[in-house]
Amino acid sequence: MAALRDIQNKIAAVKKTRQITRAMNMVAAARLRQVQERTERFRPYAAKFSEVLGSLSEGIDQEAHPLLAQPEQVDRVALILITADRGLCGSFNMNLILQAQKFMTQQKSEGREVAFYAVGRRGIDFFKRRNVEFAQKLPGVMNVVDFDLATQVARLGLNAFLSGEVQEVYLLYSRFRSIVSQIPTVEKLLPISPEATGDEDESSQEYLTEPSAEEILVDLLPRYLNVRVYSGLLETSTSENAARMAAMDNATKNCKDLIQNLTLAFNKARQAAITTELMDIVGGAEALKAG
Amino acid sequence: MANKILLEVVTPDKLLLSKEVDVVVATGVDGEFGVLHGHVPFLASLAIGEMRFKDGNDTEYAAIAGGFAEVTGEKVTILAEAAELAREIDIDRAQRARERAQQRVEKARAEELDYARAEAAMQRAMMRLKVAGRGSGMSI
Repeated sequence: MAALRDIQNKIAAVKKTRQITRAMNMVAAARLRQVQERTERFRPYAAKFSEVLGSLSEGIDQEAHPLLAQPEQVDRVALILITADRGLCGSFNMNLILQAQKFMTQQKSEGREVAFYAVGRRGIDFFKRRNVEFAQKLPGVMNVVDFDLATQVARLGLNAFLSGEVQEVYLLYSRFRSIVSQIPTVEKLLPISPEATGDEDESSQEYLTEPSAEEILVDLLPRYLNVRVYSGLLETSTSENAARMAAMDNATKNCKDLIQNLTLAFNKARQAAITTELMDIVGGAEALKAG
Repeated sequence: MANKILLEVVTPDKLLLSKEVDVVVATGVDGEFGVLHGHVPFLASLAIGEMRFKDGNDTEYAAIAGGFAEVTGEKVTILAEAAELAREIDIDRAQRARERAQQRVEKARAEELDYARAEAAMQRAMMRLKVAGRGSGMSI
């Protein structure tokens, strides 16, 4: 009888787990929708921004602005890693972390130092345990991804770059390709490469400007950084929720399988118990008859 | 009646406004400028300041926290990192933001830390209050 009770308890426990994973799945789905809406609302801004920047940077000396100037020699780079704050989303965080490690190893093999910036608790915890030094860390911010956060992150990179502390700044985030595919991606933020700004389409306008085009560019380029970082953050957040949704969906399915197997085991055990009992009774009756 | 011009105010969070208006006046870094239909293509950096637009006899105000404006003959696009219409500004919230900014400025002054940033926050808060006052016709 003890075994029967055990199995019953186990079934009850798995059922509770399934309830939790199912709820998490639904929460992730709701968040995914939210973030996607945010991305959607951000798109007009980003598109217009690139367009204006593209037409503005034509015919401007690329070396004129410090954010555009390509460094002659690079011996220190900054890496900004974006991960989630929470786990339970499959290999999502690990993929990003591995990519970060790969990046750092590669940079070091080329004789460059890496100043490490981490956004999101998962990445921070991982590298803290391995005694990696942080230039700056921002835990617990990925819950609400807004433009202020992007500005804050962008400023970290910008300050390091402008102070000459680093010569290049990279952003490592998760690109959202589909619900089942999120790709860790490294992008160079600074110096801003000319290709990134030179969206040369034919409709590009000739503008009168106020103040001069160069001065507007000075104002525009740091903002462009915000835009890049914000889209990186949004993509990562989208990826995170998609990954969690998939992971929790799997977990729920696994719970279902487990429950099925356990129920089967339970029924078998119960049947066995009944059979044994019957045998006992029959045995006893036979013995009485014989006596 | 002159032709109207389409005004769009875009922030990273949303398309704040899309409306046909008679005239738009915005605050550039070199001062205010007005735009009517048929303006030459024009690009300007915007300061932290107010923007107003007139449609018929109605004038509306909005607070713009820096950004830039792109003008073509038919359309004005204002790209701002943050913008609020006067009628949508929550005065209590703006008031609190100003107090916070005030404290930050003082702290920044004492520690010589990020003073420019604190001051920009202060400017934005003051501008919001000013514009909010215009929207409801009350003064501060």
